Amino acid sequence: MDASAQPISVRAARPSRLARLEAALPWLALAVAGIGLPLLDDSYAGVIAQRACIYWILCAGLNLVVGFAGQIAIGWVALLTLGAYTTAVLTAGTVTAEWHPYLALAASAVFGAIFGVVVGLPALRLRTFYFAMTTLGFATIVTQVALAWKSVTGGGIGTPGPVFPWPFDPGWGFYYFCLLLAAIATWMTANIAHSRFGRALVAVRDAEVAAEASGIAKPRLLVTVFLFSGALAGVAGGLFSSLQSYITPDAFTFDLSVLFFIAILIGGRGSILGPLLGTIILTVLPEFAAPLVAWSTFLYATLLLLIVLVIPGGIADLLDYKNRRPLEQHREITPRPELLGQVFRHGRDSREFTLSNIALHFGGVRAIDGLDLAVRSGEVHGLIGPNGSGKTTTLNVISGYYAPHAGEARLNREPLPFLMPHRRAAYGIARTFQTPRLIGGASVLENVMIGGTIDGQATFTESMLTLPRHRRDEAQLREAATLALTTVGLESLAGVRADRLQHSELRFMEIARALMLRPAFLLLDEPAAGLSAEEIRRLGALIKAISRQGAGVLLVEHHADLIFDICDRVTVLNLGKVLAAGTPTEIRSHREVVSAYLGA
Amino acid sequence: MFESILSYGLAVGAVYALIGITYNVMYSASRVFSFTAGMLGMLGGVLGAWFIAKLGLPVIVGLVLVLACGAVIGIVTEIVTVRPVLKSIEQHLYVLSTLAFALMVQQFTAIEWGTEAQPFPRLIPIGPGWLDQQFWLPMLACAATIFGLEFLYRRTLIGRAFLAIAEDSYAARALGLPEQRLRLASFALAGMIGTLAGFTGAEMLLAFFGNQSILNFYGFVPVALGGMGSNRGAVVGGLALGLFQQAANFLVGGIFAAVAVFVVFIVVLLLRPEGLGGAAAARRV
Repeated sequence: MDASAQPISVRAARPSRLARLEAALPWLALAVAGIGLPLLDDSYAGVIAQRACIYWILCAGLNLVVGFAGQIAIGWVALLTLGAYTTAVLTAGTVTAEWHPYLALAASAVFGAIFGVVVGLPALRLRTFYFAMTTLGFATIVTQVALAWKSVTGGGIGTPGPVFPWPFDPGWGFYYFCLLLAAIATWMTANIAHSRFGRALVAVRDAEVAAEASGIAKPRLLVTVFLFSGALAGVAGGLFSSLQSYITPDAFTFDLSVLFFIAILIGGRGSILGPLLGTIILTVLPEFAAPLVAWSTFLYATLLLLIVLVIPGGIADLLDYKNRRPLEQHREITPRPELLGQVFRHGRDSREFTLSNIALHFGGVRAIDGLDLAVRSGEVHGLIGPNGSGKTTTLNVISGYYAPHAGEARLNREPLPFLMPHRRAAYGIARTFQTPRLIGGASVLENVMIGGTIDGQATFTESMLTLPRHRRDEAQLREAATLALTTVGLESLAGVRADRLQHSELRFMEIARALMLRPAFLLLDEPAAGLSAEEIRRLGALIKAISRQGAGVLLVEHHADLIFDICDRVTVLNLGKVLAAGTPTEIRSHREVVSAYLGA
Repeated sequence: MFESILSYGLAVGAVYALIGITYNVMYSASRVFSFTAGMLGMLGGVLGAWFIAKLGLPVIVGLVLVLACGAVIGIVTEIVTVRPVLKSIEQHLYVLSTLAFALMVQQFTAIEWGTEAQPFPRLIPIGPGWLDQQFWLPMLACAATIFGLEFLYRRTLIGRAFLAIAEDSYAARALGLPEQRLRLASFALAGMIGTLAGFTGAEMLLAFFGNQSILNFYGFVPVALGGMGSNRGAVVGGLALGLFQQAANFLVGGIFAAVAVFVVFIVVLLLRPEGLGGAAAARRV
């Protein structure tokens, strides 16, 4: 078929004007309320609002760490403390010459960024609870140091906070300063959230393995986010010291850390508006009921427990009424293999992927025992065998999750390193998983866009400021993802939360995500499991068409019919060894294979 | 000075070790790291002071009541914060639910008991120096707990059932072990061990709501370094930590000790995330 002669136009659906207005409405309301607050002429309300803004500046950054990346950072108050003392001490001139307050605030941002990485670094290696403990420990230490380092911090007596000169002098001037910075922080984090970096963060949280297979390097991504989040916390600290006018270590209790953390979780993970509302509510709530002030942390904790047990999605989930609308009941997946020509718009040259003499054992179990395998461009290679014969392990070796104890992998005779799964995407090796790895809370389109993460050109800073390169990236990714979805037949579900999909739809979604790499080699791990006969037939046609675009497909399957229908060559594994290899016809009549696996 | 480093260090270390064991007992039964370990330690001190000093109950009655409260709180912890989120353990919601519960109890204590550290009554009036109960009582409690647990795990049927659950809860359930009830029992046991730690250490640490976060952290350090689930690691690590802290306290000041412990904790875990004694878990794709 000649798809290039008659290109079918696939456009990324733009949200309608009404939908965009609907999404902007809460922000407009917040902006009007924020700007118009001084009209109330209530200076106490002003102080509360300043506090809410300052807390939000910190929470905006922390939201990327907690809400998006899913890291349980409960000791973030340490960075507020650090920022507050930096600004206060530098302006007071106890250590150096007196700094200009605005300059000192900038220094707080730098310090915050540095220590954000220091606090965050353990997250790269440690499991959740361990990381939570390290942040908790850090928070305790910072307070202790602030108490003990009397010559700089004034110890328990404290140190005066800075006064920002005109135009942001105390009162409403300072309020507008806080509001402005809060607005900038919101804008920047929202930009990040809607960029490939934000999606990658959520992918690391919910589907780390799939994120790696898509070429996302978790360490680098997290360090960048910790830098950014730390800088915002530092700025928040600097403003906080001015708001307090006098700071002592007592001002930075662990309760404050709890407030930040809970505000984000109440708001909902992976949302910006939710945590913003959460921060405002938690800051303002105690003011309405004075007797509650003593109980405020108790109430926050109760709220956290309720949220975790009852609505793990937080406010954002409650507001997300769109995803509660029922989906069409009897949906059919109709792939359009004819669009693959557009997906693989630049043809790849012929390549060969070889495994030679691979051996891998887990303890005493020999999962793979001297395996040779070659996959060539443009052909479908079936990998079959009984359960436990080493099929998925072979895929995991190719993807770089396991390092074999012997043997090597080569791509066009060039050796491939092991144990670096996130580097595989750059070689054009894409894969799907035995159980679909998805980001349940993100839309189907966003899930597919994850697959194209390495195609993005814009840096983190460019995305943060929505510079042209970022906008070009986004438009391209969106278009490519829409095309991939249309190709597998899921375009009508692009905007739906991925966890609402049926199992068979998730299988096709994973293929769409893999197609985003325009893969040279596509590894499919039991893609037909759980599909109906008709769906398997369509899947087979799609896989075959993908290989005809020049991709080498390695297909692990149990459905013998599918294997013999579409494979050009088949390798049969048993107990980690090759039992037989050849064309489908040869395999079908191979005596040992028939007796060991296929049955008569 | 050497003597006081040794006596204080071992006593505090014994409390850390007991809190570490509390983490372990809960972890073995459920694969859950619970923020309630430090809370139990804090409550042991506060409840003990309340029963004995405020209400004037006899020491033994006070101790039994404290342990009973510990068991009840352990059970509540399991039912409220662990059981509902166990289905989806890979989402780590238990970190949040146990943290929330521990904070609620801590805040409640702060409001009802007060935020000032209050003295814990002297139970056995002997000694200065080594004979002082505040030194030997935690160590005695630690030794008794270890021998008790060892006896329970090696010599009794229910103890073996605990071990089976810890080893492979799926297989244990298939064998017909009442996993849920055993888990509940483990949490009750952990509650008793945690409050015992707080009760025996309270003369030294005082009855203070703020002990919660300190015990949470310093009780976790030995188990994290020794390998989660290893009681031997908890005891060795706890005593070493206590001694190191006290030595640093006397020689170079407490801040340095706190920073040094923190740095060692982070560096060791970054090098060996599974702890010095633990085995690396295989990755599952």
